[in-house]
Amino acid sequence: MSFDNAYEALSDSSDSSAGTEDNDGPNDGHWAFGTGFTDPLAAVDTTVPADVDAADLALYSLMLGDDALIMSHRLQEWCASAPELEDEVALANIALDLLGQARLLLSRAAAADGRGPGEASSVRGEASSVPGEDRYAFFRAEHEFRNVRLAELERGDFGELTVRLLVFATWRLALLRRLAASRDPVLAAIAAKGVKEVTYHRDYAAQWLVRLGDGTEFSHERAAAGLAAVWPYVAELFRGHDVERRLAAVGAGVDPAELRDEFDEVLGQVLAAAMLDAPEVPVQAGAVQAGAGGRDGVHTGAMGSLLAELQSVARADPEATW
Amino acid sequence: MSAGRGGARRDGGDVVTAGVTARAVAETVTDPELPMLTLADLGVLREVAEDGGTVTVSITPTYTGCPAMDTMRDDLVRALHRAGFPDAEVRIVLQPAWSTDWISAAGRRKLAAAGIAPPRGAPRPVTGPIPLVLGPSPDPVRCPHCGSGRTRLVSYFGATACRSLHRCEACREPFEHVKEI
Repeated sequence: MSFDNAYEALSDSSDSSAGTEDNDGPNDGHWAFGTGFTDPLAAVDTTVPADVDAADLALYSLMLGDDALIMSHRLQEWCASAPELEDEVALANIALDLLGQARLLLSRAAAADGRGPGEASSVRGEASSVPGEDRYAFFRAEHEFRNVRLAELERGDFGELTVRLLVFATWRLALLRRLAASRDPVLAAIAAKGVKEVTYHRDYAAQWLVRLGDGTEFSHERAAAGLAAVWPYVAELFRGHDVERRLAAVGAGVDPAELRDEFDEVLGQVLAAAMLDAPEVPVQAGAVQAGAGGRDGVHTGAMGSLLAELQSVARADPEATW
Repeated sequence: MSAGRGGARRDGGDVVTAGVTARAVAETVTDPELPMLTLADLGVLREVAEDGGTVTVSITPTYTGCPAMDTMRDDLVRALHRAGFPDAEVRIVLQPAWSTDWISAAGRRKLAAAGIAPPRGAPRPVTGPIPLVLGPSPDPVRCPHCGSGRTRLVSYFGATACRSLHRCEACREPFEHVKEI
């Protein structure tokens, strides 16, 4: 629909929520925060397959949704800071794709919880108008987030960003491609769309890494430093959590251990073209990989300040509507 | 905006124009970000079902994060209300995932006329790992201004998720392209 002027657009939209008998009204009195005002899965059959544990499916959806949400947040930090306008736009687009995936996955978690999207369990946020996806994003505590730690690391320079995005997208693409065959039709649909998007994310990061690695002495050095910073967090991507393995066993999820060969193959191609070597992970950094990680809700020091920013406005006035 | 808007809304179903189907109305609604195309041209409009007085329209997002879905829904509902279909609902379907192959021939002509290079064929589904693209495409997009094939990809991501940025080496003009998915 096009409007001849902004006033007409405004008056038309206020007209639509004025409470007339055929109220267009999906937007009236909606919660003030969040990315959308309707459940993105409202018209999708979210019945959990009979032999899939609903609590596992909810937690698994949170894991994949949190990966996308937190990585998207870090990418959004590049708005107004990227080296070129084109890359600023690219990073914002990639962040938007991931935010869209996060919305669907968090909504899937809320629906699988069996309490409906408006009443997601174990999540604060009393306002009944707050969608499940937003309760998960804005009212969970740090230990309730299940993203891999790679996603949450403090923003580095463009070399670090390029490596992190390449690692994340290569891993996620391999995961989503397999998840498109999930026996949960909702996850399968989300994954099939995600594959198309993340293919472009991976190619974007790969081409930039080749440009940097095979560029100037300085750009090569920054790319190598990015690799060194990111590499200690790579092993965690493939370690897997009991929930992931249980869902993989019933054909609803993917065991990330299966993704390592494909990941190594793709990274090998890019690093060779970029004249870079995968770093040796020092023993101390290796120790970071042992024990609990992001999938268990155990995060790095960077996560607290990230969430403080992500959640501050919604937490300041959780009942606000407009 | 048609002058009949208020009347259609107040009078509900009484002003249905004889012979105008809900599908025909839905097919007139344009995309908020590519206004030269209708949602039908874009392949986003999947189904229009009439059951008694109820109209159910199914649309699918181009990209998962497409911020225009709420606008599309509101535009469809408003257009149907004005045409005398007071009971209209819009459903979002996710599967099958949208493909640029669904853009109609008319839609492709309208894109080209607006200076946006239409998509080529979408990548074929593969059974194994998705091939990595490290270099320039061996099949560059044709310039929508001068028709030259001597063009260069500037960025995979343009003003919206569905468009990439290119430059023509022949006529030197920049242009956008609806990238294949």
